[in-house]
Amino acid sequence: MKNPKIAVKNLHKAFGDKTVLDGVDLEIASGESLVVIGGSGTGKSVLIKCIQGLITPDSGSIKIDGFETIGAERKDAEKFYAKMGMLFQGGALFDSLTVWENVAFGLIENQKMSRKQAKEMAIKYLHQVGLSADVADLSPSELSGGMQKRVGLARAIATQPDIIFFDEPTTGLDPIMADVINDLIINSVKKIGASALTITHDMASARKIADRIAMLYKGKIVWQGTVEELKKTDNPYVIQFMNGSSQGPIKVEL
Amino acid sequence: MLIKYIENFLRALGKPLVGFVSRLGELSLFIIRALYNCATPPFYLKLLLKQMVDIGFYSLPVVALTTVFAGMVIALQTNAGFSSYGAESAVATVVLIAVTRELAPVFSGLMVAGRIGAAMAAEIGTMRVTEQIDALSTLSTNPYKYLVTPRLLAGILVLPILVLIGDIIGIFGGYTVAIYQLEYNAANYINTTINELAAIDVITGLVKGAVFGFIIALMGCYNGYKSRGGAQGVGTATTNAVVASSILILIFNYIITGMIFTK
Repeated sequence: MKNPKIAVKNLHKAFGDKTVLDGVDLEIASGESLVVIGGSGTGKSVLIKCIQGLITPDSGSIKIDGFETIGAERKDAEKFYAKMGMLFQGGALFDSLTVWENVAFGLIENQKMSRKQAKEMAIKYLHQVGLSADVADLSPSELSGGMQKRVGLARAIATQPDIIFFDEPTTGLDPIMADVINDLIINSVKKIGASALTITHDMASARKIADRIAMLYKGKIVWQGTVEELKKTDNPYVIQFMNGSSQGPIKVEL
Repeated sequence: MLIKYIENFLRALGKPLVGFVSRLGELSLFIIRALYNCATPPFYLKLLLKQMVDIGFYSLPVVALTTVFAGMVIALQTNAGFSSYGAESAVATVVLIAVTRELAPVFSGLMVAGRIGAAMAAEIGTMRVTEQIDALSTLSTNPYKYLVTPRLLAGILVLPILVLIGDIIGIFGGYTVAIYQLEYNAANYINTTINELAAIDVITGLVKGAVFGFIIALMGCYNGYKSRGGAQGVGTATTNAVVASSILILIFNYIITGMIFTK
C-alpha cells in the first residue's frame, strides 16, 4: 500500500503474563474503512487504544501519515492524536455535561469556539445523526442506548477528524437500530472523508460498513481481504467465525 | 524439603512487598504528574470554582456540627478533669488550644474525607470504567488537567478556610457549654480566650488544613483514576480513598504537630 494513513507493524503488547497483541501488521489507506473482526478478548480494543496513544505497546511500530508515534515526544505525537475521533462502545458520554456540551466538547475546549456558536454547531451535528434539537439540553442519562450512540457519533465527527475509530458500534442495539447506526457511520465518514477503523463481532455490520475486513485471533491478523473476498475465503478461522460455530480452529478459553 | 519451605516463605513475603513498592511508585508518578499539571496551562478556572463550592460550601454543615460538639465536649471534660485545680481559667485555654491546633483541622479533614474523598473516587472511578477518561484523551483534553488538577487545587485552597470556620464554631461551642451549663463568668472566659489566642495555634491549624486537603483530593483522584473492573472496582476505589485519606490525615496530623510544637 502506498502512503497508508495508518501503518501498524509487528505490534506487541502483554499485560503481565497475558499476551494480548502478538505481532499485529495492519495498514489502512486514506479514506478507507477497515473493519477488524474477532472474538471477545482477542485484543481488538487494545489495538485501537495503542493506535490512539491511550496504551503504550511493548514493541512494534505505529505510523500515522508516515509519522512514527511509538517512542515519539508526546507533544509531537499529540498533533496526530488530535486528528482522531472515537465512538466508544458504551458511548462514554460525559454525564456531568448536557448532550450539546458533549457534542461541542472538542469545539469549546480545543478550538476555543464561543459557547453560542458551539451550540449551533452541536445542534447541526445532532441533526446529522438524526436527533432533533429537543435533546440538546437533556443529560445523557435521559437518552436510550441507541440515542447515546448517536450522540457519541456526533461528538466523534464534530471535530472533523481524519481518522475515526468505532468500538463495537452496534453491540447492544436491536437489529434495526444497528442498521441505522451502520448507515450513519457510512454517511458521516464519507461526508468528512475520514479513514475509519471499526472493531466489531457483528458480521452484518462488518459487511455493510467495510471496504476491507481483517480478522484478529490470539493477537495476530489471521486473514484480511475485501468484502468480496470474504465471501469466497476458505480460511478456517473466518469460516468458523462467520458461521458462529463452536467447532473449528478457534478455541474459546473458558 | 527445607529449601522448598524457605522458598515458599520468601515468595509469600516477596509478593506483597513487590506489590507495595510498585503501588508506591505508581502513586509517586501520579503525584509528580498531577503537580506538574497544576503549574502548566491550560487552566480550567470554572472547574476549579465548581470544586471549591463542592468541597467548601457544601461541607460547611458537617464541619460546623462536628466542631461545635467537639468544642462542647472538650469544655465538659476539662471542667471535670481540672475541677480540683480551679477549672475556670483552664477550660477557656484548653478549648482554644485543642480546637485550633487539633480538633478543627482533624475533624474537618475526616469529615471532608468521608464526604468528598469518596465522591471524587466514585466519580472519577465511574468515568474510568465507562471510558469517559479515554474519551477526554481522544478529544485532546488532558484528563489530569481536566479532572485531577482542579480537585487538588480546590482541596488545598478550601480546607484551610473550612478549618478557620471550624475554629470559630468550635470555640463558640466550648463557650456555650462553659457559660450556660457550667455557669462560668462570660467576661472572664472571653478575656482568657483573647489573651491566650496565639497566631501559631491558628496557623498550625491552617497548614494542617492545606495538607489534609491535598491528601483527600490526592487519594480520591488516585484511587478513582486507577480503578478497574466495573461497579465493584469503583466500590473498592471509594473505600480505599476514604480509608487511606483518613489514616494519612491522622499520621500527618501527628507529624505536623511534632514538627511545630516539639522543642
